[in-house]
Amino acid sequence: MQLYDTTVQSRLLLGTALYPSPQVLNEAIAASDTEIITVSLRREVASGADGGPDGRSGAGFWDSLRATGAHILPNTAGCHSVQEAVTTAQMAREVFDTSWIKLEVIGHADTLQPDVFGLVEAAGILSRDGFQVFPYTTEDLVVGERLLEAGCEVLMPWGAPIGSGQGLRNPDGLRAMRAHFPDTPLIVDAGIGRPSDAAQAMELGMDAVLLNTAVAKAGDPALMAAAMAQAIAAGRAGFVADPMERRNMAVPSTPVLGLAELA
Amino acid sequence: MISIAGAGLAGLATAYELLQRGAEVQIFEQGPGPGTTSVARFAGGMLAPWCERESAEEEVITLGSRACDWWAKITPVHRRGTLVLAPRRDRAELTRFARRTSGHHPVSQTDIGELEPALAGRFAQGLFFKREAHLDPRRALRDLSRAITDLGGEIHYNSPAPAKIDLNCTGMAAALPGLRPVRGEMAILHCPDVAISRTLRLLHPRMPLYLVPRDDQHFMIGGTMIESTSSRPPSLRSVTELLSAAFALHPALAEASVVELGAGLRPAFCNNLPRLVDHDGVLHLNGLYRHGFLLAPAMAQRAAQRLLPAQFSEVTDENSGQRHCA
Repeated sequence: MQLYDTTVQSRLLLGTALYPSPQVLNEAIAASDTEIITVSLRREVASGADGGPDGRSGAGFWDSLRATGAHILPNTAGCHSVQEAVTTAQMAREVFDTSWIKLEVIGHADTLQPDVFGLVEAAGILSRDGFQVFPYTTEDLVVGERLLEAGCEVLMPWGAPIGSGQGLRNPDGLRAMRAHFPDTPLIVDAGIGRPSDAAQAMELGMDAVLLNTAVAKAGDPALMAAAMAQAIAAGRAGFVADPMERRNMAVPSTPVLGLAELA
Repeated sequence: MISIAGAGLAGLATAYELLQRGAEVQIFEQGPGPGTTSVARFAGGMLAPWCERESAEEEVITLGSRACDWWAKITPVHRRGTLVLAPRRDRAELTRFARRTSGHHPVSQTDIGELEPALAGRFAQGLFFKREAHLDPRRALRDLSRAITDLGGEIHYNSPAPAKIDLNCTGMAAALPGLRPVRGEMAILHCPDVAISRTLRLLHPRMPLYLVPRDDQHFMIGGTMIESTSSRPPSLRSVTELLSAAFALHPALAEASVVELGAGLRPAFCNNLPRLVDHDGVLHLNGLYRHGFLLAPAMAQRAAQRLLPAQFSEVTDENSGQRHCA
């Protein structure tokens, strides 16, 4: 899978928030075989990552993420305005030395649904500034077109509200998106709760799945990470293998002609 | 004479354990009083191992279940249990919390009103962790330091540690490999209009909150966990979320005075459990994270055994204790 100028094998992108401890997070990353982890960048981090209050740098968590060897996809989670998202993205570029940014401009505190107007505006500003933007958006086709015009080469439609674990609430919308943007990498971001949700997204032809809470809040995060990886691989294979069409009536799977020859 | 650097929770608790075993102890502390430079000042003071198990390893229970009895010998411990609640629309959080923990029983709206009359009618259901307790961290630090001096220990305030020490308990300042800071933010409220007698935990997807009663109608609220090395004062965003979550617990808290806002950096290792480690020839007790008051007693006993290896101690086996709080 090609995301901007980077090629990855794994189609699972993993979030790094909400785990019981960094150790459990590292176990989940290892079990998932992910090559891309997304990291929420808060201002506190930016002020501390280049040297703590006592001047020491690299006090742990961020270094341990870098040590996993995965590509780091910083995100602007929790940003509610264009300005906030742009500033956070610029900080992330300095802290993590990457031009990738998962762009979230949140429109509503309760549903955490994207403010698609602010999203398009921020995507334009960041793309012109040399960022490679991964926009967290809805399945709206027109918004998708505007994001591509703004310079995005990847789209990340939601499956359901962030952290809700509801699975895909609008599979038809995602199917339409696949048909409308056949050559753009589509990553379902948010709403995945179970492995079957992830498999369903992949069967719809999505290129990848990004998830966090489903693994972090599972009783055994590492086991769930492995389950998600298997589901995503199975869903992808199912899509590529070109599944049979559904029918309303039965079709016998054994020949109907001829009689059994009982010797 | 055993020398300890740092009169925070780890240093004081270990000194107490050493004195109990008949050793001579001196503590060197940079600050002017017990715990004045310690992140323990900002702790909730919850002795809540069963609740903590939701996001921590089993050791919080095996090491923490006897903390109540340990502290009760030193400072007032309020054995009132913990009440875990969730807003109606976030009831799924309660189901999840119940599944990940033990030592609780479900409580109905009526039960909640009987436990905490101030909350009558406000929450349809909750979980009650009967065996848990809480204490006042600052008072506990003072009482513990007094107990140490009563036992003949010396605490040298405003004194940097000498080059040769036996135990380093200086938290983040110890700069141990693998030790990272986890920022926590808290507020202390004074609210004469609300009577709450036990620790409350509000499960909320964005802003999990705990409220711990203090003396004289004061309440400590906290809950943020941010992977950050910044020790700046709490951000407006965190304060807003904390205070509005408190408001969700009880609208009368809107009239509370915000007496104090604070932030501290809690030292933690990668599994968020404390460790006793040798580093550069010195024994360190560090990484108490958010479980300081809960785990310091058991870790102090381990540290004392390491520092006085020849001596037999009757309070050694952490797994043998069947006594619980309350």
